[in-house]
Amino acid sequence: MKALLNRLPIETYVVAFTVALWIALSLTAPNFLSQNNISNMMRQTSIAGIVAIGVTCTIVIAGIDLSVGSVVAFCGVAFAQMCGHGLGLAPAAAITLLAGLTVGLINAVAIGRLGIPAFIVTLAGLQVYRGLALLLSGGMTVGGLPPEVKDFARGTAALPNLFWTMLAVAIVFHYLLRYTRTGRYMYALGSNAEAARRQGINTFRITLTAYVMSSGLAALGGLLLVSRLSIASPSMANAYELQAIAAAVVGGASLFGGRGTVLGAVVGAILFTTMSNAAVLLSVDPFWEMVLEGLLIALVVYLDNLQKRRQSGA
Amino acid sequence: MQAVMNSCNEPVLLEARGITKHFGAVTALEEVSLQLLAGEVLGVVGDNGAGKSTLMKVLSGLIRPSGGELLFQGQPIYFHSPRDAHRAGIEMVYQDLALAGNMPIFENIYLGREPGRNVAGLTVVDRAKARRLATEHLDRLHIQVTSVDQNVEDLSGGQRQAVAIARATAFDARVVIMDEPTAALAIKEVGKVLDLIKRLKDHGVGVILISHRMDDVFYVCDRVMAIFRGRNFAESPLKDTTRNEVIGWIMGTKGHSAALAHDKVH
Repeated sequence: MKALLNRLPIETYVVAFTVALWIALSLTAPNFLSQNNISNMMRQTSIAGIVAIGVTCTIVIAGIDLSVGSVVAFCGVAFAQMCGHGLGLAPAAAITLLAGLTVGLINAVAIGRLGIPAFIVTLAGLQVYRGLALLLSGGMTVGGLPPEVKDFARGTAALPNLFWTMLAVAIVFHYLLRYTRTGRYMYALGSNAEAARRQGINTFRITLTAYVMSSGLAALGGLLLVSRLSIASPSMANAYELQAIAAAVVGGASLFGGRGTVLGAVVGAILFTTMSNAAVLLSVDPFWEMVLEGLLIALVVYLDNLQKRRQSGA
Repeated sequence: MQAVMNSCNEPVLLEARGITKHFGAVTALEEVSLQLLAGEVLGVVGDNGAGKSTLMKVLSGLIRPSGGELLFQGQPIYFHSPRDAHRAGIEMVYQDLALAGNMPIFENIYLGREPGRNVAGLTVVDRAKARRLATEHLDRLHIQVTSVDQNVEDLSGGQRQAVAIARATAFDARVVIMDEPTAALAIKEVGKVLDLIKRLKDHGVGVILISHRMDDVFYVCDRVMAIFRGRNFAESPLKDTTRNEVIGWIMGTKGHSAALAHDKVH
């Protein structure tokens, strides 16, 4: 029994903790189980989860993507501006996603071809795309979007449309990472880059794939966030990259690479959404909420390391 | 892995003729020749910097020689990359093994060559097949592991070496080059790896073993050749030489000075 407990992946405990939190909240906060609150949480989780899945791809190859928050804002603002200038919804969305993919391409070339560390490249991106978002919007909130934009996020089909979107993304990426060669090569690259190279794996192609996935999903996140807020603000999605990294890490990803799952990223995103929801419902000071979230990240990673040390020591 | 040829008509599997390699003004190899028969274990010895590793890199397609030629089963071959060497059936087991630690054994064995099928432009790995093939292959080589799903980082040094050798031989390898396969192992694991080398030989694979350990050379090799300062120095069937003589070759001495050279080692 104890051996079994030691073997369970850290995600299991994160799920258990989240469920415990739900039960505690349903007993203490009367509004927690209201349909309104649940739908709202699902919508919040969806965008955080999609961005976290993308960042997980870069963490798996032993990289990092700090630019996703800014890319969400930049793509959201760009989308809103294109709609405002009379471009149809579909072409505007397509161009936005294409812009996201291009950001990933630029990141991958800078990292894989120019040899600049991923941390630096994407830190630069964090500044550049936030700056571009401000430039594109003139520092102002962009509104006046077609009604279809906000209808999408409001819409439900049993579950909110946004949640279905995240489920679809999660299923596709889970399958990609776990069952395709490309996905397995991402883990191999993150685990031992030299081994991957010597086995004839095209490591640049894999790096490119990971960063394009990350920025592409950030662009999708930008579209969905604009839909949810029904405006685009150049300052939105602030610190999303840190939330996404935290979700990935709590979900079992290792910043040393080679470890991390789509399911873990989603579970991590659900946990952080639950915590901020709990803070609102229980009127916890948001400043304390930040402190608690930070401590939780440190605790989960500590427990994960402890478990691994015990396993390898056994 | 099948026996290529029976041993009564030992054909030359791999031959290097007059291989020369310059790195700028430095000559790493000069007119080095080597022959490897099917089902033979050839020990290559030499001091650090003698050119062993450079020669192995030429044989495995990692670097291209400045001069000389390679023949595989009598036909000239040219390697532009390790992939070409893989295709010819020449595999290298590196000293650092190059395994992905937090991936399972079966994925390491087929890394880069996974069985799978094409779905919408992506190759979906057939994990069940990879698992089954890996299990069968390890059984054939008498390599014992708890499960092919174990992560490589949870294995002992000897087991990791065995996985690296299993990977090198998973696709009908004809020649396996091993660089110091026992250097990092606990003593009790050395014997297992050496027995594994003998098993490859029984399967008709030609093995080139680079080793500093005379115990290893004299336990598994059929023939030993010494490289000294980038040139062929001496070569002999194992039964016609002694440890002291081979150690003398490593030091660049021959004949009566062998005993003296041995003293120098200590």
